[in-house]
Amino acid sequence: MTLDMISKDKEVIIKSIKSKTARVYALRFGINEGSKVKCVAKINNGPIILRKNHQEIAIGNGLAKQIEVETQK
Amino acid sequence: MNCHCVQEMLNIPDDKEVIALVGNPNVGKSVIFNRLTGRYVEVSNYPGTTVDVNYGFYKDYVIVDTPGVYGISSFNDEEIVTRDIVLNTQKVINVVDSVHLDRDLFLTQQLIDYQKEVIVVLNMVDEVEKNNITIDIDKLKESLGVEVIVTSASKGIGIDKLREAIDKNLFKKGKITPNLEKILESEGKKFSWESLAEAENVFSSSVSELQEKIYALRRTYVDEIFNKTVKFDTKNLEFKNKLSRILINPVTGIPILFATLYIMYYFMGVLVAQKLVDFTMNTVMGEYYLSYVKGIIEKFVSNTFLEKIIVGNYGILSMFPIIFLGLLFPLVIAFYLFMSILEDSGYLPRIAALVDRVFNKIGLNGRAIIPIILGFGCVTMATMTTRILGSKRERIITMFLLGLTIPCSAQLGIISGLISRLGFWYLVAYILIIGFIFGLVGRILNKIIKGESTSLFIDLPTLRIPQPSNVLKKTYYKSKGFLVEAFPIFVAATLVLGFLDATNLLHAIENFAQPVVTGFLKLPKEITEVFILSIIRRDYGAAGLVTIPTTKGQMFVALVTTTLFVPCITSFAMMTKENGLKYSVFVWISSAVIAILVGGVLAHIVL
Repeated sequence: MTLDMISKDKEVIIKSIKSKTARVYALRFGINEGSKVKCVAKINNGPIILRKNHQEIAIGNGLAKQIEVETQK
Repeated sequence: MNCHCVQEMLNIPDDKEVIALVGNPNVGKSVIFNRLTGRYVEVSNYPGTTVDVNYGFYKDYVIVDTPGVYGISSFNDEEIVTRDIVLNTQKVINVVDSVHLDRDLFLTQQLIDYQKEVIVVLNMVDEVEKNNITIDIDKLKESLGVEVIVTSASKGIGIDKLREAIDKNLFKKGKITPNLEKILESEGKKFSWESLAEAENVFSSSVSELQEKIYALRRTYVDEIFNKTVKFDTKNLEFKNKLSRILINPVTGIPILFATLYIMYYFMGVLVAQKLVDFTMNTVMGEYYLSYVKGIIEKFVSNTFLEKIIVGNYGILSMFPIIFLGLLFPLVIAFYLFMSILEDSGYLPRIAALVDRVFNKIGLNGRAIIPIILGFGCVTMATMTTRILGSKRERIITMFLLGLTIPCSAQLGIISGLISRLGFWYLVAYILIIGFIFGLVGRILNKIIKGESTSLFIDLPTLRIPQPSNVLKKTYYKSKGFLVEAFPIFVAATLVLGFLDATNLLHAIENFAQPVVTGFLKLPKEITEVFILSIIRRDYGAAGLVTIPTTKGQMFVALVTTTLFVPCITSFAMMTKENGLKYSVFVWISSAVIAILVGGVLAHIVL
């Protein structure tokens, strides 16, 4: 499933990021494919706020649709 | 490598060695810079502010404060500036935020990979304990292979140790990312910082596969270092994180945003624009100053033409200082004081997240709120800040909306002051009309401009209580910068208007514009002067409104029309520089047409 579909407080693992630019940006922010992130806030049809360790990033809905994630078992 | 390129670039003495101060945004670089050099620079808590490069002296070194970046690359102007300085310097002080070490170490490792001589400054160490983090400094030192100095720059902790490290020249080349050489060799390249720069696409804003491969390798390595040196516990979400959620959640965030805007309106429009300005403009300048100056000048100048230019209605020693010092000066200071508090608290990126969804409808992402909010300070400066946006399309839309709908600081103060006298419902109507035009024009531009906009991707810095000393310093420097920049334009505008008045040309222009101004807009013909002044500077035009007697309805129509009226000369010039003359002329004409149309329709409804 994609990142925009996850609900608040869910922890997921990033599987793939479609956009090449977004991938490179994310790597510098500390997020890569395989990273475990937590959705700490979500605005309906709006951005998703991810947290990895103490780092928080707001990701727009359009981009979130391009990020494949896997829920933690 | 050892050329004096940075010295040449920044025009600094050749005999001093350069140390570049490099780090992510909001890690406290500027505070460290200030502690080392004793020279103040701006300190901000949101991305994209330190656009200028500041430098200062520490003993035999020149310390260069670079803009905050997440990596050495060319994705935006700040990165290009930092890239150029770093690649042309050998010694680097890399400032990292102790709380965001996993993010910040990417840049640290990149600097090490470029074989720079590095000292790492682990800043904000006082926040580590509060966030339940422990860092094994010795392990970190060993893993990176460079000196690590622990500081809390805002409190002055550890600065002596940093000075000592510089004095003892503890700058060292660290351990390069394992397997990095292999990746380059597999591409047929011998490892050097130049070949790495080429492989990492450092000089291009596009992204390559090889670059991604190197980034991923470095990220994995940095994560390993992080995992073995840092222990943390995020279970106990502290107050700041809860507050952060409250600010972003629309249910609570939107009322808080409106409350913030209302406080801003009350502070600027009621306290400053009415109470304080009444004293500074009418009493101090209007009574004491004017009668004093007129008394002196009229003794020497009897020629009516010259007298009009100097102390007439639009005189260079009468109208100009009264408006500039009595009216605009207090308003500009008030605005920057408010903005500095907002910036330093870390609230702005959260507003970006909050408005993202709405902004998507006009082809923008939430990040565009930053130039829009800055536009309330100065549209010209905000036009320049649109460079932080992801695509040309977004920049075109934002610049148009800035030029059309955003009043700048002093204009906002004057509008707030005038509208609060009209009554609450006028304020509501004003916000609704300007907001509607903003949305409508944004939607139209989103439909007609080809291409797609980028998505929001923004770092949310930790919320902080702004430090009063920093807020005051920032307000001082920003207000000073603004007034110095505005001064010559104001003088020129006053001279033009004074000349038009003394030669009766003003009267002729007023007569010429009469069918539109008095006929269609139903306003007094003197409002023409406001329009003329607005072309030169919007705040100057708005200031003119204060002196013209109108009815409540007329004042309302005039406020809406002048808000929407053309961008001032400086922002027109900036728009031309950023997007070409054709574009700025288009914005100028469209704004004039929209302003007059909206004003006219409004006049026929309310008058």
